[in-house]
Amino acid sequence: MKLKIFSTLATVLFFAAVFMSADHIDAPKVTNSSQDIADFFVFQGANQNNLVFATTVQGLLSPGTTAAATFDENTLIEFNIDTDGDNVEDLVIQAIPRDGKMIVFGPVAPSMKGTESSILSAATRTETEITLYGETAKTGSNNGISVFAGPRDDPFFFDLGAYSAIIGGNASSFANPGTDTFAGTNVLAVVVEVPKSLLGNATALNTWVETKLKR
Amino acid sequence: MKFSIKYLAFLVGALTLTLTLSSCDDDDNNDNDFDFGGVYVQADQKARPAINTVFVDASRKDEFNETTPSQMGGQFATAFQNKLLALNAGYTTNALGLDAATFTSVLATDVLNVATDKPTTFFDGTNVLTGRNLTDDVIDVELLLIFGGPDGSANPGLTSDNVDANDKPFLNNFPYLASPW
Repeated sequence: MKLKIFSTLATVLFFAAVFMSADHIDAPKVTNSSQDIADFFVFQGANQNNLVFATTVQGLLSPGTTAAATFDENTLIEFNIDTDGDNVEDLVIQAIPRDGKMIVFGPVAPSMKGTESSILSAATRTETEITLYGETAKTGSNNGISVFAGPRDDPFFFDLGAYSAIIGGNASSFANPGTDTFAGTNVLAVVVEVPKSLLGNATALNTWVETKLKR
Repeated sequence: MKFSIKYLAFLVGALTLTLTLSSCDDDDNNDNDFDFGGVYVQADQKARPAINTVFVDASRKDEFNETTPSQMGGQFATAFQNKLLALNAGYTTNALGLDAATFTSVLATDVLNVATDKPTTFFDGTNVLTGRNLTDDVIDVELLLIFGGPDGSANPGLTSDNVDANDKPFLNNFPYLASPW
């Protein structure tokens, strides 16, 4: 009896783990939606005076389904930057798709902070045509800011299957070599490269990305 | 007197707003026919990799995604600590010297720390949490901090997933991410 309960529990845990990978498909409400964030990166650009903000959404697209995946005009993708250490955004970079273009505003001080945002359409505007599946990457730039939006190889790598088996009590260690669950899959990416000089004087930033749905 | 200054400040604020809005309308370089109005409400949030996945119970995943980072610590630190000890009952400290309460209170506020005056990396042996490069093996870093104990040698079967790199090479220049499959 005890064993049965344990194995049922392990099964439940296993499935729970499979359906909530590295923020890729992590939660019931956003899974399989345009709001579902897969990943977030901030790194120095090829020009070390720049920082690159990159996020991926709509994870685990097979090559066959990638062409049909699109950004949603009611979903704002917002990079948040805290410059004074209180984990409240002092600057935002907002990306919103309109008519086949990704339009990016900022970096700019937000008029609203926290869980609600308005689009700061008077801020510095950088836009690009959204690259379609199979096209060479199209980019746009303005004032030293560069923008890309479109399908890319999922940059994440992780043996999610082994992790799930461990969490589920079905394995006691990772396999070696491991298997990259995200190999051969695509995501929709937004990449914005920004001169550090537009981000204030702080040397330590706290950053995160949000998707926000139009009310 | 106080009232009139306040009123003046309000007027100036209102004027600024009007100017800002009208200057936007006057900008004919862009497609101002697009509607950018309305309020957008947080649906998902992310900073450090796999935090929600590993530390948040299924019943609270949506709640975590809809919480602004400055509120996360208060709402989730205790749950994160319980989860850490459920994952690794033998946890004492990790390679950063953080005990369970300190480590999980750092993690519960899901922000990615970024340095503007150093190389960016999740961890490169010297720099810790100064950003996240595409090539960083972030999962191994997190596994090491969760399972590896004070010197990284504990639970050797759990401190690396043995997937060390992406399936496609990244680009040296913008947009950096590899073309799709």
